[in-house]
Amino acid sequence: MEIPYTVTARPDTGLWNAKVGIWLFLASEVMLFGGLFSAYVFLRLDADPGVWPHGLLNVPVGTMNTAILIASSVTVVMAWASLKMRKFRAYWWYMLVTILCGVIFLAVKLVYEWPQKFEHFGAFIKKDKLEKYEQYLGNHHLAEKGLPPRTEISGHLHNHDALHDENAKEYEIALDPVNADPTNPNMDRPHFLYVPPTEKMATIEKEDVEYANMFLPKHSAYFASYFTITGLHGAHVLGGVIVFTYLWLPVGTKLYKRNPEHLANRVEVAGLFWHFVDLVWIFVFPLFYLL
Amino acid sequence: MDASSGLATHPPAEHPAQHEDHGHDHHELPFWRKYIISTDHKVIGIQYGITGLIFLFFGFSLMMLMRWQLAYPGQEIPLIGNLLGRMFGPGAVENGVMKAEFYNSLGAMHGTIMIFLGIVPIAFAAFGNFVVPLQIGAPDMTFPKINMASYQAFFFGGIVMLTSFFVPGGAAKGGWTSYTPLAVLADKGQNYDPFWNGQTLWLVGFILLITSSLLGAVNFIATIIQLRAKGMTWMRLPFFVWAQFVTAFLLLLAFPPLESAVVMQLMDRIAGTSFFMPTGLVVNGAPLHVSGGGSPLLWQHLFWFLGHPEVYVLILPGMGIVAEIIANNTRKPLWGYKSLVFAALVLGFLSFVVWAHHMWLTGMGSVVSAFFQTTTMIISIPSVIILSAFFISLWGGSIRFNVPMLFATAFLPMFGIGGLTGIPLAFNSADLYLHDTYYVIAHFHYIVAPGTIFAVFAGIYFWFPKATGRRMNEFWGKVHFWPSLICMNIIFLPMFLQGMLGMHRRWYDGGQGWTLAGEKVWGLSGFQWNTPISIAAWVMGLAQIPFIINFFWSIKRGQKVNDNPWEATTLEWTAPSPPPHGNFEVTPTVYRGPYEYSLPGREADFTMQSEPMTESDRKAYETAAAAGVH
Repeated sequence: MEIPYTVTARPDTGLWNAKVGIWLFLASEVMLFGGLFSAYVFLRLDADPGVWPHGLLNVPVGTMNTAILIASSVTVVMAWASLKMRKFRAYWWYMLVTILCGVIFLAVKLVYEWPQKFEHFGAFIKKDKLEKYEQYLGNHHLAEKGLPPRTEISGHLHNHDALHDENAKEYEIALDPVNADPTNPNMDRPHFLYVPPTEKMATIEKEDVEYANMFLPKHSAYFASYFTITGLHGAHVLGGVIVFTYLWLPVGTKLYKRNPEHLANRVEVAGLFWHFVDLVWIFVFPLFYLL
Repeated sequence: MDASSGLATHPPAEHPAQHEDHGHDHHELPFWRKYIISTDHKVIGIQYGITGLIFLFFGFSLMMLMRWQLAYPGQEIPLIGNLLGRMFGPGAVENGVMKAEFYNSLGAMHGTIMIFLGIVPIAFAAFGNFVVPLQIGAPDMTFPKINMASYQAFFFGGIVMLTSFFVPGGAAKGGWTSYTPLAVLADKGQNYDPFWNGQTLWLVGFILLITSSLLGAVNFIATIIQLRAKGMTWMRLPFFVWAQFVTAFLLLLAFPPLESAVVMQLMDRIAGTSFFMPTGLVVNGAPLHVSGGGSPLLWQHLFWFLGHPEVYVLILPGMGIVAEIIANNTRKPLWGYKSLVFAALVLGFLSFVVWAHHMWLTGMGSVVSAFFQTTTMIISIPSVIILSAFFISLWGGSIRFNVPMLFATAFLPMFGIGGLTGIPLAFNSADLYLHDTYYVIAHFHYIVAPGTIFAVFAGIYFWFPKATGRRMNEFWGKVHFWPSLICMNIIFLPMFLQGMLGMHRRWYDGGQGWTLAGEKVWGLSGFQWNTPISIAAWVMGLAQIPFIINFFWSIKRGQKVNDNPWEATTLEWTAPSPPPHGNFEVTPTVYRGPYEYSLPGREADFTMQSEPMTESDRKAYETAAAAGVH
């Protein structure tokens, strides 16, 4: 016996099965990301003043990725509308653009944004040693202006071995601009554009360091949530790209020839998922890049 | 589709007509397609059921081992002590004596297995899969392949959990709640593998189980919304379907936050993050080298955000089963059907806003506590409505006490005890004393063990004829029932006493070393009460043997019955037993509510949902409406 309402809508609910399914699935996805975002809020509210970092991410690049995702949400709707009008060529092109947008988004994340973090280093200074590194932290200057203090010195780590070597006593860092010139009023606010580390070197004794690491998930609560949330979001983008590619390949063509409405429904369902992934990014972008 | 005319009863014969009309998938499928990777909801339901029952008994066996340690701490385990030592190594059982780490593993895995691999798969997935499409008149679930994937994810999740017993260091030890930071620190170090260790596998297993429940929940809700037969309006759904509907929503929305928490705990364990690790943690006298800045309380919030709705996931399907069986065996309509439905819906909504009542001791603050205390008080109202409706349903019925009904009747007082003893725990002042004592154990086991598990047994005896065409033996069913009922109470009633004496639930020595446990109640000290409890637990283990034999024996040898042996009214009884692929020979049409027993003017005392209205029915309904009965 055939299962009814796989392609046509049930009269009293006005829905076909997969549409009910995808909305339910998205409801659970809201709860999944809701759990992660509430963790973000929890950790950020719990953080000591000055610990939660600002301006570590590249805002223009993030903005570009946002635009790419939004554009792909538009093209997937166009792809669906083309199918509804039975214009298969147009569908094929719109779907290709959607897939490419997804791939570019992922490439920017994996080739540029994440690796840049992995090469960056930050050391949190012990509370009673902050004064010793005043020249890099500029906390007197910040206190005068009523801004939260800095506790971290970051930049490019020259002696990478120091992270694991018990005998190494200090970290040698090419300082980030903010630590190279901490009293400059331009440094009071986070940068809009990413600025690479300067030539200015600093030596930090390991003894004075509370906790130091590369900008990996284990570096701080900020990076833990950044990598977990963007990682899970990236996995969703990848999932969307795979499904779109499947629908774009000859498999889709075959289905189109057999039952064009069925393919349109599948694109609609996949598109709904894609909009959701887009929407999650609309939350991720301000939370990590802007706030 | 063949043009079969009769709806109410069919001979349990082959249905060759169906094969001819459908050119496609009706030829005989090979064994592995038919029973191993089937997409038929009934086969998947049975797969869930049997796997779940095996896990249920396995989880119970872990407890039978723990009961030895509690009653006779430090003594050699009789009979199987050496065998256990050889299986799990001297780190777990040395010279036949259980070690504390192994005891902790047993405790954590007992909870995990019973809840997530035993009860949920049976009460929700097995009964839901088998019964719901039949009861709403659907040919299958909306997404049969996803349904199959759901079972497979569950199965592999179970395998991962079982595997964790045999990795270096043994299975997870952090309790079924896996509270952080303890759980993040556990099973780490030189004696443990960075991945193949108990706690990490627990988390990985959980991700699979959550995936499984997500796929199942989506399927159930979509099926109930989309595939109801013609005439099956919402208020004609059997209460069991409503219960499953609400349960599916709970699983759909409550599990994902735990999934996010599980991902974060995995990150903490594998990537070294500090989601749940506070700043300045000192372990074994040395500061822990993590970034800190995390929050242990965050884990508890996310865990209990699932954990509390999960309680209703455990109980609602049980209530649904009991409702069907009570209506059937009292031979009269279920009392207050609408109140039951709305109570279940309210229960579902409220269960999302009570979670922090598990966390009174964390110092969340009095405002938060007051809020959750209030919601917890409110949620008892729909529970009481449901239980009262069941009790009132018994009133004036000429009750048939067959085995399903015995279990269903026993469910009522048992669930009542479990529910009422929860009220002191809902008040945070009373809970400060009772928290983490055996009182809590007794309370929730009364709900889940003689509550849900009895409902599950009732359901198995009740729907067994539908699945096999044969019924289980009544006499051996009673031999199963009475000892189980008696033992359940000997096990859990004294635990209330132990809890009020202050005995802590996680003690490895059964409270032997604690002074107040020496206080005597009815001639036995708190510690000594462990002995009768343990003996009852083992006897209850033996009492399951008649069930196991009866179950397998009846599949082939049980008494053959017709399609509707209980003379029930709901749609599953119009299908042949066992129903073929696609379920119904003619898609049923529904004309009336689910519990039309003893309808005036009818000869038979049951009128099936698919029987068309007659003139006398109309009169009977009009008379009832005039008298204010609905």
